[in-house]
Amino acid sequence: MSQVYLDNAATTPLDPRVLDAMLPYLREHFGNAASRSHRFGWVAEEAVDKARRQVADLIGATPKEIIFTSGATESDNIAVKGVAYRHRDKGNRVITQQTEHKAIIDTCKFLEQDGARVTFLPVNDKGRINLDELADAIGDDTVLVSIMFANNEIGTVQPIAEIGRICKEKGVLFHTDAVQAFGKLPIDVEEMGIDLLSISGHKIYGPKGVGALYVRRKNPRVRCEAVLHGGGHERGMRSGTLNVPGIVGLGAAAEFAGREMIVEAERLGGLRDRLWDGLSSRLDEIARNGDAEHCLPNILNVSFKYVEGESLMMGFDTIAVSSGSACTSASLEPSYVLKALGVGEDLAHSSIRFSLGRFNTGQEVDYAVEQVVAAVRRLRELSPLYEMAQEGVDLSKVDWAAR
Amino acid sequence: MAYSDKVVDHFEHPRNVGSLDKSAPNVGTGIVGAPECGDVMKLQIQVDENNRIVDAKFKTFGCGSAIASSSLATEWVKGRSLDEALEIKNTTIVKELALPPVKIHCSVLAEDAIRAAVADLKRKQAGDGKAPQTEKKEEVGA
Repeated sequence: MSQVYLDNAATTPLDPRVLDAMLPYLREHFGNAASRSHRFGWVAEEAVDKARRQVADLIGATPKEIIFTSGATESDNIAVKGVAYRHRDKGNRVITQQTEHKAIIDTCKFLEQDGARVTFLPVNDKGRINLDELADAIGDDTVLVSIMFANNEIGTVQPIAEIGRICKEKGVLFHTDAVQAFGKLPIDVEEMGIDLLSISGHKIYGPKGVGALYVRRKNPRVRCEAVLHGGGHERGMRSGTLNVPGIVGLGAAAEFAGREMIVEAERLGGLRDRLWDGLSSRLDEIARNGDAEHCLPNILNVSFKYVEGESLMMGFDTIAVSSGSACTSASLEPSYVLKALGVGEDLAHSSIRFSLGRFNTGQEVDYAVEQVVAAVRRLRELSPLYEMAQEGVDLSKVDWAAR
Repeated sequence: MAYSDKVVDHFEHPRNVGSLDKSAPNVGTGIVGAPECGDVMKLQIQVDENNRIVDAKFKTFGCGSAIASSSLATEWVKGRSLDEALEIKNTTIVKELALPPVKIHCSVLAEDAIRAAVADLKRKQAGDGKAPQTEKKEEVGA
């Protein structure tokens, strides 16, 4: 078997049907959607309107509430900065949590430099926030709560509807980064009390470089400052010529995902369980990170004790995955998400994230099990920690510095 | 991050993986790094009656570059005297394996492992009766 791609949480391949939908807008239908005076523009505008509807349908919103961006990072920036700046007079506190994507965390840190106060709620050992802690944290000075729908590293799903209810009761806006959940789990912004929501094209078999932000228009009407100025596009919230082909792709991808969502979620969950069962029945001393009960159907994060993540990935190099090891991060820090769960640093270095997708098969999963098991066994033979554990040494009592 | 061919080679065919008898008087054991850092190397050397290194073994918990660095270290110390072994510099390891800047610390750890193994052997030979390095130790302090 050649390369097997199990890193769908990082990005997904373009669905051929999405490419087909996009091509005309890369070729003959090249008009600027803002050109109101000729057919080239009208055709482009129509395509964008259709995409707005396709995205809105998947979350129970109206098309007017969807603005297009360059991706979820930008959507997150608009939601957090836009709301914080707009409501500066009401208060300066934003509440979020410790396992958010950096697009939220870094944006919040930036606001802190500007005088905002940010509360980073802790999570339990499975990655879920505590609803009482959230309710207690919300005060008169709070302008926004931002909690991701589902986590990209461990797959843990937050109690979104309950969070929405608490925010409604307290009269504070609720934003959710739904990048990993969109198209995989049912989302209804009305039922769940969501006021702003970020999504990304390249996580749902659409193109990179495009995303969207849902901004509620009724009960309440959410107002937010723009981050990009220049022309007032997207109701003044996001200036700049629309990426028509990208938007068409995003819309098409959303429609396909919505159509196939229930069946696909079950299929992916089955494959994920097959992967976990395969690994756990053949290897001892491995642990699943996250919440098995409240989890995305396609993500499996496992720590393989005594073996480091980057070397493990080298060991099964025909399989593409991600690791929480420091060696694989640009900052040489181990995963902050696993740290927030209380997973020890040594186990963070030993973690691998498998994220399945539309184009993965049972055969690929079985192959992955085989390859991973072989690599873990081989690397444990190379591991001084495994050797010490076999000898009965309690690794937690070893004084490493004294050597 | 693409690995150099030499790193891949050491990873696929590591030299001298294994363990020597840590309690033997002619074996020196060096253990460096810490699990929390994602890098632990154990390097052992065995000397003949002339204190020349005749065998070396390693085990490493760490990335491909760490494994390659320690594997290379065991290759290089063989045939050297203890003092010659101490001359091995991490920069030479970096050059040989074409390690990128972000992986230089792996070569430093490998150099430290050699030093620790030599120091352990010298301690044994000085006869202070110190216990072998891999024995369980109580954690000092909190």
